[in-house]
Amino acid sequence: MNSQTNRITASMSRIAIVCAVGLLAACGETAGSSSSNTASAPGITASEIKIGSTQPLTGPAAPGYSEIAPAANAYFQYVNAHGGIFGRKITYEYLDDGYNPTNTASVTRKLVLQDKVFAVFNALGTPTHLAVVDYLNSEKVPDLFVASGCNCWNDTSKYPYTFGWQPDYTIEGKILGQYIQQNFSGKKVGYFYQNDEFGLDGVKGLDQQMAASNVSSRQNYVPTNTNVAPQIAALQASGAQVVVSYTIPAFTALALLTAAKLNYHPTWVVSNVGSDVPTLTGLLTTFSKGAVGAQLLTGMVTDIYEPPVSDASNAWIKLFKQIHDQYSSSLPWDGNVLYGMTAAYTFVQTIKAAGRNPTRSGLVKTLETTRLSGGPGLAPYGYSPNNHLGFLGVQVATIGADGSVTTAGPVYTSSDNGSISQYAGSPSTPPSSGIPS
Amino acid sequence: MAIRLARWPSRTTPTLGRHLALAVGAAILLLLLSSQIGAYDDYNLAEVAIFVIAVAGLNVLTGVNGQLSLGHGALMAIGAYTTSLILRGHDVPLILVLVASVASASLIGAVFGIAAARLRGPYLAGATLALAVGLPQIATRYSHVFGGEEGLTVTPPGPPDWLGADFPPERWMAWIAIAAALVTIVLLANLLQSSVGRSFKAVRDHEAAAALAGIDVARTQVHAFVVSSACAGLAGSLFAYWSGLTAPAGFGVALSLQLLSAIVIGGLGSLSGAVWGSIILVIIPALTGGLASSLSLASSVANNLPLAIYGSVLVLAMLLVPNGIDGGLRRLLVLARTRWTGAPSTHKGVVDWDDPSGG
Repeated sequence: MNSQTNRITASMSRIAIVCAVGLLAACGETAGSSSSNTASAPGITASEIKIGSTQPLTGPAAPGYSEIAPAANAYFQYVNAHGGIFGRKITYEYLDDGYNPTNTASVTRKLVLQDKVFAVFNALGTPTHLAVVDYLNSEKVPDLFVASGCNCWNDTSKYPYTFGWQPDYTIEGKILGQYIQQNFSGKKVGYFYQNDEFGLDGVKGLDQQMAASNVSSRQNYVPTNTNVAPQIAALQASGAQVVVSYTIPAFTALALLTAAKLNYHPTWVVSNVGSDVPTLTGLLTTFSKGAVGAQLLTGMVTDIYEPPVSDASNAWIKLFKQIHDQYSSSLPWDGNVLYGMTAAYTFVQTIKAAGRNPTRSGLVKTLETTRLSGGPGLAPYGYSPNNHLGFLGVQVATIGADGSVTTAGPVYTSSDNGSISQYAGSPSTPPSSGIPS
Repeated sequence: MAIRLARWPSRTTPTLGRHLALAVGAAILLLLLSSQIGAYDDYNLAEVAIFVIAVAGLNVLTGVNGQLSLGHGALMAIGAYTTSLILRGHDVPLILVLVASVASASLIGAVFGIAAARLRGPYLAGATLALAVGLPQIATRYSHVFGGEEGLTVTPPGPPDWLGADFPPERWMAWIAIAAALVTIVLLANLLQSSVGRSFKAVRDHEAAAALAGIDVARTQVHAFVVSSACAGLAGSLFAYWSGLTAPAGFGVALSLQLLSAIVIGGLGSLSGAVWGSIILVIIPALTGGLASSLSLASSVANNLPLAIYGSVLVLAMLLVPNGIDGGLRRLLVLARTRWTGAPSTHKGVVDWDDPSGG
């Protein structure tokens, strides 16, 4: 116990020295400027910005998702190594909640009360984060870029400090539904979805676009039961030629394998949540004990809101791949890692826009009033005083025989109840430093 | 036995008075402690107090009465869901909610206890495990009532106005939980000193002998199950207030096994063992939680480190103090007394909790 305390003290003093050196360097840089760094808010000192998160590092949601926070941290380390934010280093403390909402409630209080983080960033999961969203807002802690597409985060009167990030599942469902109507007209469509907020919100969006008479069967599953054979058989029996799948990766893989076993080969349309090619390839190989792999993914339709992770020619992918190789090479290179880094990029954009000495309420105001642009996202951010959604849309894409993801058609944007419109903006390129200016 | 009877009159203070005096002393100490520590430590203190209630109840069932339960997490869930359902859309005073939660858990516990009284050893373990596995699924199946995976939220009790506007709600929650834990411990301690407590132990030690002595074995076992379920219900209700949420994932098999490991680590059959076990249960995850992001290890190692440390502590505790922390402390006490007084110890290795000095 004592030696541990000593070690912590020792490492803290080392950090302090490093920070002090960094601070001196920063002072030298900004000698001409009139302002200097102050401890403007909890979690902000002259040399540090401390943020926290709750993540499923262990437990049922850990495969894949446990990579997100370390990947975001890799981007923060890259920023820290290149001067930080106004000379401040970002310290990212992510705690394990095992995807258990009760644990989330407990570790979030640790972040707020004990570690005194400036903001909670990218906390993962719908049921887990619903457990703490009231608490964070009553404590007035910025709750940025929740890693879940539930539209529950877009409630500006009840949750003024909470902001979503990824496109909400209903918007995604609408754009997928429109694609199916346009490209598979006259075909019978079946639904396969997770029986919770995630699947039900997706279905809500699909139903807004699909003709009800085209939907031949609606099947759902709960993540605790891995036998999906009855549902897949029912979809097959209904004659569905297209199956829309609102599934997490493990259940996308289970559905594909079960269908293949039943000799059922519909066109699969899978939500972005459950369609990352490297993750699925790994799961398919594991579940089938090596019998099949990526070949089951050929022809799958999905959607993306970040550049495809396999597109090595994309400047954003090049940048993030290079950061991945330098700072987190023990992680696989896949969609989860890209997700973490992209979210981290949005955070750096936001905290820079909030100015040299940000406050908690100032950060919220900045997000609502500054149009953030020029990030890796394909669709624009939706942040405004009455909208706390992140990306407003997605781009439909197909998966080729070699596992590559090819976009099909333009980026579309929408809202939960509004119409779908084509996004006119063009993709951005990263700044040469790799850090938003 | 004759010696024990002869010694009895020398304990002049009645049991209840002695226990009450100890509880008041503990209450004053904890009140002072909770006012000196930060809000997050108060939050953890409340968790310890809540676990003390559940673990003490389980210890009466398993340690004192000899019935193994792998399903106490489910009984906590009954208390928690009762609380959440009562508070959904209604503002009911805390004390009434607690009483209702205790009542509902006791009722379910009585029904289950009747079944459990017919079962022995691995069959009893299996039946209670089924409770732990099956019950949370009901919440997912009937999600329109129980809120499904997302669960039901509970507004934590706010501190009364006379404590001031700056009074941390976590400290108020800690006070409530500590008060409930002390009341529970006093009641259980008295129960165990009474004839009911003696029948519990008699049934544990030898069922046939207990029956020959005129004890209704089955009824005694059901009684123990009800007492234990009532404690679990109270703990579950406070747990709902404390975490602000009742969701099936919070009451999985892992919780039941944690409770069981707490009574073994703390000391089987002793109430102070329940306190030690609960402290271990709360303090290790709280201390190790930040390791994943603070150490520069590969994430696959760092992510699992807190769980590995937790597991190692449990293994070490079993190796070093097989009678639990309480058993270890008492043995140290006996050794120290023997050394200082020079009197030979009559201690035979089995700790009698009624008279741990071995006299």
